[in-house]
Amino acid sequence: MPEQRRLIFQHIDEPGYGNDLACYVRNGGYEVLRRAVQRKPEELIDEVKKSGLRGRGGAGFPCGVKWGLVDRKSGKPIYLVVNADESEPGTFKDRHIIHKDPHQLIEGIMITCFANNVKQAYIYIRGEFPEGARILERAIAEARAANFTGPGILGTAYGCEIYVHRGAGAYICGEETGMIESIEGKRPYPRIKPPYFPAVLGLYQCPTIVNNVETLCHVKHIADMGGEAYSKIGTPNNTGTRILCVSGHVRKPGYYEFEVGKVTLGQLLNEVCGGPLPGRTLKAVIPGGSSAKVLRFGERFKGKRKVGAEMVDYDWGVEDIPMDFDSLGMVGSMGGSGGVIVMDDSVSMVDALANINAFYSHESCGQCTPCREGSRWMQRITGRMVHGVARAEDGALLKSVADQIAGRTICAFGEACAWPTQSFVLKFPEEFKSHEEAKKKADGRAFELA
Amino acid sequence: MSINLKPETLARIDEAITHYPVKRSAALPLLHLVQEDLGHVSQESMEWIAAKLEVPAIAIYELVTFYPMFRQKPIGRRHIKVCRTLSCALSGSYRTCKEFEKHFNTYPGEVSPDGEVTIEFVECLASCGSGPVVMIDEELHEKVDQARACQLAVRISAEAAARK
Repeated sequence: MPEQRRLIFQHIDEPGYGNDLACYVRNGGYEVLRRAVQRKPEELIDEVKKSGLRGRGGAGFPCGVKWGLVDRKSGKPIYLVVNADESEPGTFKDRHIIHKDPHQLIEGIMITCFANNVKQAYIYIRGEFPEGARILERAIAEARAANFTGPGILGTAYGCEIYVHRGAGAYICGEETGMIESIEGKRPYPRIKPPYFPAVLGLYQCPTIVNNVETLCHVKHIADMGGEAYSKIGTPNNTGTRILCVSGHVRKPGYYEFEVGKVTLGQLLNEVCGGPLPGRTLKAVIPGGSSAKVLRFGERFKGKRKVGAEMVDYDWGVEDIPMDFDSLGMVGSMGGSGGVIVMDDSVSMVDALANINAFYSHESCGQCTPCREGSRWMQRITGRMVHGVARAEDGALLKSVADQIAGRTICAFGEACAWPTQSFVLKFPEEFKSHEEAKKKADGRAFELA
Repeated sequence: MSINLKPETLARIDEAITHYPVKRSAALPLLHLVQEDLGHVSQESMEWIAAKLEVPAIAIYELVTFYPMFRQKPIGRRHIKVCRTLSCALSGSYRTCKEFEKHFNTYPGEVSPDGEVTIEFVECLASCGSGPVVMIDEELHEKVDQARACQLAVRISAEAAARK
């Protein structure tokens, strides 16, 4: 069985490991920050660039590049917004970081703020984490009292305040410009880019860095071991470790941390997570949060990929796919937020898609017509199919609606709501052609929608 | 226009406003604080928050109508949120929700006849690996299958009976 490598989750399941400052400090906490503030900020940015760290929130954008885009000459303050919205269904890693190791996050935030000369940071935490918000507020107060945050930290002239800002149940706030609007006290309608790139015109029209909770925790470890050493963890272009959240139909769902690309989907599901439930076989998996395109067990992926300096052929089944950003992209899906949702042969794909479509139509912010109308339209079609009213042309109609949303909206929500429909209809055409029959085959154990 | 907030709520409101360079940014924090204190956000509350933040009332109203967690009407004494989204649905959250509905003789979004609970069938609560998950007030409960839902419902009823 592939070994986990726990960097972020090193301590969280240790008996007696608490989320208070004393425990964190006992385990060497804030020592990295102490060393970091003695260095030049640019050196820290360089370490992150060298590390190859890619954002763990969904897009996998290189963190160092993101920081490099920040407008440092505007004369305006630079803000850090910590994305703790964790709104992509299937994802629950940040919940555990926040609840069990909040000081690791705060240390990562402070190193990031020092490196980027940020004086004010906001942690945008989803409204559904009231306890998480209280834990963070207490942790910030503890850290402030110990001079790790606040004015003049650790004997330097540098100071930074961190505030917790609670969301209120809207998925779209996870989109970085929607999040910024939400902190400004508005409806979280994503902004159009250009010109509103957060790095230039973000919060209060000031340069803003938006990073995911897990990403910021990695920054702490990069500052600790150095970018060079960190870049040797994982695989080329997919460095470091990553927390994979597995849910659905396996024996041992949960969170697992691996070096990126060092575990395949098959190893993860069959060895680490104990395989399918008794008497079942795996049917489909969504590898990177509910908006990622679904993979069907039995399908094969062929092509050429770069290994070192040469191009080599690959011929993968779903089980063979390495769990890294690039490989999951090559098979037409994505690593996304690391949320792996597993479905076995008891599930009707129409039921599953109807569930996803209900989510996205509920969460569309309504700003762009294709998404607002299209997500609702797809939901109505699959909703009707679930209730037994299916037409032969439904599959084609679903595809047509989805195709007309993707690429035609201000933010990536358009793709997020189109990809499930596009991939489900493409990969399980028989279920969308004859839903009644498919429904008879699946035993409907999971869903009782009637 | 005045609403009856507890002194500690008022203190927390004044503190929250200091977190931002622009007052309007405190809109969500204030809505949370007011709702936690009064149970819901009335029109008077919206107008009060708007005045406090020096914005037109519509700027607050449009938030209350957008963000799912804010409500304009009172709910039951206990708030039961069952997760509806895919991972929880795959592990049986539709049955979990039905169990609560049956026990309290109510439907999602309504107040039960005895005024005790409001059940909501909500979108993802971000605890997908331990579904079905249920939040009762601010407490998360994991792996709530039908049997566990029944136990929790009985406990809520017992607590209600003890209060009377």
